Amino acid sequence: MIAGRASRRLPVIACIAAALMLAIAPMPDWASPFRPDWVTLTLIYWTMILPRTYSIGTAWIVGIVLDVAQGTLLGQHAIALCFVVYITVKFHLQFRVFPVSQMSATVFALLAFYQFILFWINGVAGVTTSANIYWGPVVSGALIWPLLTLFFGGVRVRVGSGH
Amino acid sequence: MVTARTSSPHLSQRTPALGLRLLLLASLSILILVVDHRENHLDAVRRAIGATVYPLRVVVDAPVAMWRWIRESGETRNELRLENSRLNAERLLTHARLQRYSALESENARLRAMLEARTQVKDEVRVAGIMSVSANPFRHVLVIDKGQNDGVYDGQAMIDANGVIGQVTETGLFSAQAVLISDPDHALPVEINRNGLRTIAVGTGEFNRLDLPFLPNSADVIEGDLLVTSGLGGAFPAGYPVALVDSVTRIPQEPFAAVSAKPAAKLDQVREIMLIWSIADEDEAETGE
Repeated sequence: MIAGRASRRLPVIACIAAALMLAIAPMPDWASPFRPDWVTLTLIYWTMILPRTYSIGTAWIVGIVLDVAQGTLLGQHAIALCFVVYITVKFHLQFRVFPVSQMSATVFALLAFYQFILFWINGVAGVTTSANIYWGPVVSGALIWPLLTLFFGGVRVRVGSGH
Repeated sequence: MVTARTSSPHLSQRTPALGLRLLLLASLSILILVVDHRENHLDAVRRAIGATVYPLRVVVDAPVAMWRWIRESGETRNELRLENSRLNAERLLTHARLQRYSALESENARLRAMLEARTQVKDEVRVAGIMSVSANPFRHVLVIDKGQNDGVYDGQAMIDANGVIGQVTETGLFSAQAVLISDPDHALPVEINRNGLRTIAVGTGEFNRLDLPFLPNSADVIEGDLLVTSGLGGAFPAGYPVALVDSVTRIPQEPFAAVSAKPAAKLDQVREIMLIWSIADEDEAETGE
């Protein structure tokens, strides 16, 4: 049983690692403002599907790693991810039955909330840049969500349907 | 609906624990944030986690490195010959310039000795490659492929062929993170090469613009002035080109003029950078003996 669980965890951990890589991969200058928050999207999906296995603790650890990888203040992405994942786990039963368009809208709201927390912490810490750059990832993230669910759905079938 | 029924009792059991965990982790994050922002006690932690991120970086960098390798190995003989002759010509030119430079350097050292001033700083320079550039628009950070093993230290200055790029902020074992001069959090002590007027160049978050917010309206600064490092901060050795002033707007009712400058180094195009080891301290020790 334990071996079965480990083999079930591996694909999800691979998804998170891939998201971290995409988060630090180089991108052309014109595209980088629209880089989706891959890590946030991945965590929203998997905590919605498997809230018992992946929850706030996972989000916090991944957030700290993301902070180190991007060189931001330590704890910044961690706290933002914790809040987003808390909402996702809290309402995961509702989210699961949402049609794709409605879920995209929800993801838009979650990402906006996520960026707002980052913006807020940056403001308190005295890192000021124009507020417009916070919107790019929110829009691109919500647009790419349907494709991501298709991909993760495939992964999920391989994993076995969770519970 | 089956899922809903099977999961809901477990959810209601879980909800308070979930909220409690959020509270705990959020306060822990805030604690870390404050400690990280105020002091640098967490450098060791960052370094430890950075070591785990290193393999990810290598994987991310692999396709780029491979593409570069394929392109280089696919170049035709003719292109290589052309490049070779161009580089040879360039080498001759730099050599000629270097001859004059070494003569000037010895003359400078002699004159300084006559004035009994400290010996001029001699810098050692080594080339490092860039592994990745930060994705984050409000942090202009890049990662280089040299670390503590190669003698890189925190605060070390980085230049490219045209000017100053930034400085090392965190050194890992095999890689180091550096902040660019265009980072909105970065400020660099500079002076105007023409008249020695000292000021601070602050990053804006844009690769091609630095701000000089502390120049009064009456300051003697014009478009086209070259800014060089003044060496006052201690981090950067003096005399390296930083930026060219490209706009000066004097606003009569404000105490300070709005001055912006364009970095001399191509911050968004660098592929290889040079790390500077200032060996001024050893010189001082020698002169002291």
